[in-house]
Amino acid sequence: MAARSVASVDKVSTTPLRLVTPEDRDVQIAATVAVPRIESEAQLKALLTSLSGVDAVGAEARAAKLSTRSIKKSTKLAAIEMAISMVDLTTLEGADTPGRVTSLCTKAMRPDPRDLTVPSVAAVCVYPDLVAHARSVLGASPVAVASVATAFPSGRASLDVKLMDVREAVRAGADEIDMVIDRGAFLSGRIGQVFDEVVAVKEACGDAHLKVILETGELVTYDNVRRASWVAMLGGADFIKTSTGKVTVNATLPVALVMLEAVRDFAETAGRTVGVKVAGGIRTSKDAIRYLVVVNETVGSTWLTPTHFRFGASSLLNDLLMQRLKQQRGAYVRADEFSGD
Amino acid sequence: MSDRLDVRKTYKLLINGAFPRSESGRSYEVTSAKGSFLANVAQGSRKDVRDAVTAARGAQSKWWNATAYNRGQVLYRLAEMAESRRDELAQHVALADGVNARTSQKTVSASIDRMVWYAGWTDKIAQVLGGTNPVAGPFFNFSIPVPSGVVGVISVQESSLLGFVDAVLAPICAGNTVVALASEARPTPAVLLGEMTASSDFPAGVLNIVTGFTGELAPVLAAHEDVDGIDLAGAALETVDELAALGAGSIKRVYRPLGKEDDPSIRRVRAFVETSTVWHTIGQ
Repeated sequence: MAARSVASVDKVSTTPLRLVTPEDRDVQIAATVAVPRIESEAQLKALLTSLSGVDAVGAEARAAKLSTRSIKKSTKLAAIEMAISMVDLTTLEGADTPGRVTSLCTKAMRPDPRDLTVPSVAAVCVYPDLVAHARSVLGASPVAVASVATAFPSGRASLDVKLMDVREAVRAGADEIDMVIDRGAFLSGRIGQVFDEVVAVKEACGDAHLKVILETGELVTYDNVRRASWVAMLGGADFIKTSTGKVTVNATLPVALVMLEAVRDFAETAGRTVGVKVAGGIRTSKDAIRYLVVVNETVGSTWLTPTHFRFGASSLLNDLLMQRLKQQRGAYVRADEFSGD
Repeated sequence: MSDRLDVRKTYKLLINGAFPRSESGRSYEVTSAKGSFLANVAQGSRKDVRDAVTAARGAQSKWWNATAYNRGQVLYRLAEMAESRRDELAQHVALADGVNARTSQKTVSASIDRMVWYAGWTDKIAQVLGGTNPVAGPFFNFSIPVPSGVVGVISVQESSLLGFVDAVLAPICAGNTVVALASEARPTPAVLLGEMTASSDFPAGVLNIVTGFTGELAPVLAAHEDVDGIDLAGAALETVDELAALGAGSIKRVYRPLGKEDDPSIRRVRAFVETSTVWHTIGQ
């Protein structure tokens, strides 16, 4: 690039500086696929190596900066309602019972029974054995049934067992499957194995949407998060998801940022939009709104719908409802205004 | 002449056992009764009140489930701490209330005695406010006083220490947790007392103190739906009805003081207890 001469300063355009608008941030979804079909592990590794590294300090600074955005009044109310519609209301406990799932589903369909204007949540997320029950409670409502599968949360089982797990959940009526990747294989460099599993699970899903859990808390570095995101997306994931919620480190803003950037890059080269689900440790409306800001600033409004962004959470929903009521009433409300889960 | 730098004290809020500045970053200047600069004090905000209520709610069941004996010990410990810092307290009372050293010492003595008085009440409330009721049938029937829950206190403006001690310890000794707005113009003795609770085994969140402008914070506290009772002792007279109405919006117990209350009285304790009736079969 030629150095600018001092004289050119005089010729600086007088049109006002164009600030970044939402249109600018919207991802240009590629019309032609520029990503090769993966046919060997070597090819996959070469593609992953070609990805640029993540500037860890930069990602954390950007996430911290974005989390200081102030969202108030009607915008806050809109954000809260948007977040409610994006919740995957989750119960993944050993002590889950059909009764508990029934109350969860009831709450999912009508989060605030007194107010019909509150949207229903996107999905309920349960273990495979409770899918059929959830399906029967939800009936024809728009709330989807998501099921974790593939030896959740550790992912330590043979591929056959994992595929059986997926097929059973789909047969029982799951609309969405949340699979876990084999972190052991990923971290020891058996990337091809991880990829093959995603491909096989995607095939076993049939019409069900596939969310691939990267368990970012175990992936150690942001570079690994970016690579794992690509492996999942190349393998056919409809969503990539941060965490199981079962390890100490859950979803964080910088990790979500890195994943959203991977999703953006994938859309711009492979021509397919992949959703992102953040899960684990998101308990307050404030946290949720921070994620929405990061989504808007990274991939734009295309991703601000339940088809492209989800929160995996349980207690978050009550806080969203509480904050919504607080906005309406002008006074802080009691936590026990809403049913526990 | 010493060349040491001044170590000036920052007067902060007390929320959940910690001493934060106001989340708003604001502070205001407090002067002595004679008008000279006394301190910069945190000017609490709506969100500080919210955080304080969350802390009080979190601490309430544990405080009530502690034995009455234990609650008494904790309150007595506060009296011990106050006794060992009585000169500091007296100095602040003298400056804040504009009284001479002798009067301020008397106020501090009265305040410490009041702490001991409330410490003694913890395991006697049930005997005095509760009872057994005669019923037709083979049952015992008990009336048991239970705390309202989280109590908001708008501390009396003119009595910076004794008024504050009365207002916060009465609900606390009965098993409530408290969010107190300290006297707007004379907050420092209350802040000092808050610091003493940190070394008297007070569980975090049992006493939370927000300093700032009463006119700004009192409506937030009165309207907060997770507050079960409110003491309006320090509210400006013309705002009392309005605050009581805000409290009624979420069915709070509202305590309106009867003029000047210098003598200790169980009236204040009774203001924030409710009666639970328990049936028990005889001979089982």
